[in-house]
Amino acid sequence: MIIVSNLRKNFGAKRAVDDVSFSVERGEVLGFLGPNGAGKSTTMRMVTGFIPPTAGRITIGGFDVVDQPLQARRLVGYLPENAPAYTDMTVQGFLAFTAEIRGLRGPAKLAAVNRAIEMCFLENVRHQSVETLSKGYRHRTCFAQSVIHDPAVLVLDEPTDGLDPNQKHEVRSLIRRMGQQKAIIFSTHILEEVDAVCSRAIIINRGRIIANGTPAELRQRSEIAGAVTVRVAGEKAAALAQKLNALSPVKRTEVVAETASGATVRAYPKREPVNGEFAREINAALAGSKIEELHSEEGRLDEVFRQLTLPNGPKEILS
Amino acid sequence: MNAWYGIKTIAKRELGAYFSSPLAYIFIVIFLLLSSFFTFMVGAFFQRGEASLTRSFFDWHPWFYLFLVPAVGMRLWAEERRVGTIELLLTMPVTAWQAIVGKFLASWLFLGLALALTFPLVITVNYLGQPDNGVILCGYLGSWLMAGAYLAISCLTSALTRSQVVSFILSVVACLFFILCGFAPVVNLLSSWANPSVVDTVAAFSFITHFDGFQKGVVDSRDVIFFLSVILFALFSNSVVLRTHRAG
Repeated sequence: MIIVSNLRKNFGAKRAVDDVSFSVERGEVLGFLGPNGAGKSTTMRMVTGFIPPTAGRITIGGFDVVDQPLQARRLVGYLPENAPAYTDMTVQGFLAFTAEIRGLRGPAKLAAVNRAIEMCFLENVRHQSVETLSKGYRHRTCFAQSVIHDPAVLVLDEPTDGLDPNQKHEVRSLIRRMGQQKAIIFSTHILEEVDAVCSRAIIINRGRIIANGTPAELRQRSEIAGAVTVRVAGEKAAALAQKLNALSPVKRTEVVAETASGATVRAYPKREPVNGEFAREINAALAGSKIEELHSEEGRLDEVFRQLTLPNGPKEILS
Repeated sequence: MNAWYGIKTIAKRELGAYFSSPLAYIFIVIFLLLSSFFTFMVGAFFQRGEASLTRSFFDWHPWFYLFLVPAVGMRLWAEERRVGTIELLLTMPVTAWQAIVGKFLASWLFLGLALALTFPLVITVNYLGQPDNGVILCGYLGSWLMAGAYLAISCLTSALTRSQVVSFILSVVACLFFILCGFAPVVNLLSSWANPSVVDTVAAFSFITHFDGFQKGVVDSRDVIFFLSVILFALFSNSVVLRTHRAG
């Protein structure tokens, strides 16, 4: 549905987006991750046709965003950053306007407005002026606007920003549900969200894509991924670490915690483990000890994120 | 979906926005109070002893509009930019031109409504004597066209900034130029040191000069074309400003 190729955007001498390419199909939810100012919003603004790209091409449903803007825009629903809405209108009036400008009239318009109000839980504030709404409601009003014409493509810029935890949960499940039939791009800097919602994630830093994969794949790139953490009762940490270091598949160990009752040590494998064999080997080696806990680490997105986006972070996992 | 549909939808929203805020009512009341006050008190409507609105009523319009029209036009784009709704509006399936024309038309219709509400003056003058209603109608037409020219300039200055106050001030200054270049004292001052062709050229840009014919009941195509071209040029500049702003 969305194909972005070699997208570039310069603001004066500053290059905000540099050679970004990706594609999103129906049924996919693409998470856009990156630190503030990485170029997430700029990319989304170009996808929705708000700002023209300096170079590169974007097509939505086969329509070029620059050459056939109206056809392309008809397929897109857009929630801009900070969820703007006309403050001088009521929620219902605002949604009716957006439905109308999208070409819905008469009963179809009414039905669309009602559906959006129901979907985004706006019934209580239907006749309230947008100006008087709380941030959460205003956010959902703008969200309702983006889905009013049941678009094939949704572009959501930080859709959960400023919501309380319940509302965040609500919006996430909404995105997940709609992601089954639509092509969705959404940006966030909340990492749990990627796990909760995305089928694929892109990490972007200083205008460039530096990682692209499923959340599980990205987690795999974390240093900790595949390491085994083991807690043994009645043993000193140093002794336990020595025991583990002696094993051939262990690259190095790290003491996580030591208490009077026992110690927790993490062992890193030399090469990527397959099917938990590393954990089994450690388990076998420690036969006879009082193992209280033993598990393989999955890897953490926040660690991957930091490794990739910190200016002096390790570079070896970029490969 | 044709272009007119998008223009109509946007214009409808803008008109609604005027009337859902106090702005519209305050504007209309002030406009009516000012125009009545100036017509009867300053314009000496009764002392003139003639059944006409030419000097007593229409003469003041360029000066009213100088402050009132920028007040109507200042929010059109500045507010969209400040709140961020411009990003919604310009990613909807409408062109920038449709948005520009829709906003302009809504405000122009609103100004037309305010102008039409001065109809008691027409009734008064008809009650008191036998005026030439054709001349009066012509004055109204000219006044509305002139308001459109002021408004288009306000649209342009509104697109330049996200602050309504800055937009208002820029617009007043720009409109003041269009008035003063044909204002009698300024023209006299100019003619004391510039040669007559320069003075005429400058005066030809003035709203006052072009409005004068309408007041006398003459619809000169040159005056109509002048106001329409000011409107078109300002709206075109408006679209250029919007495009530049988006291109960053």
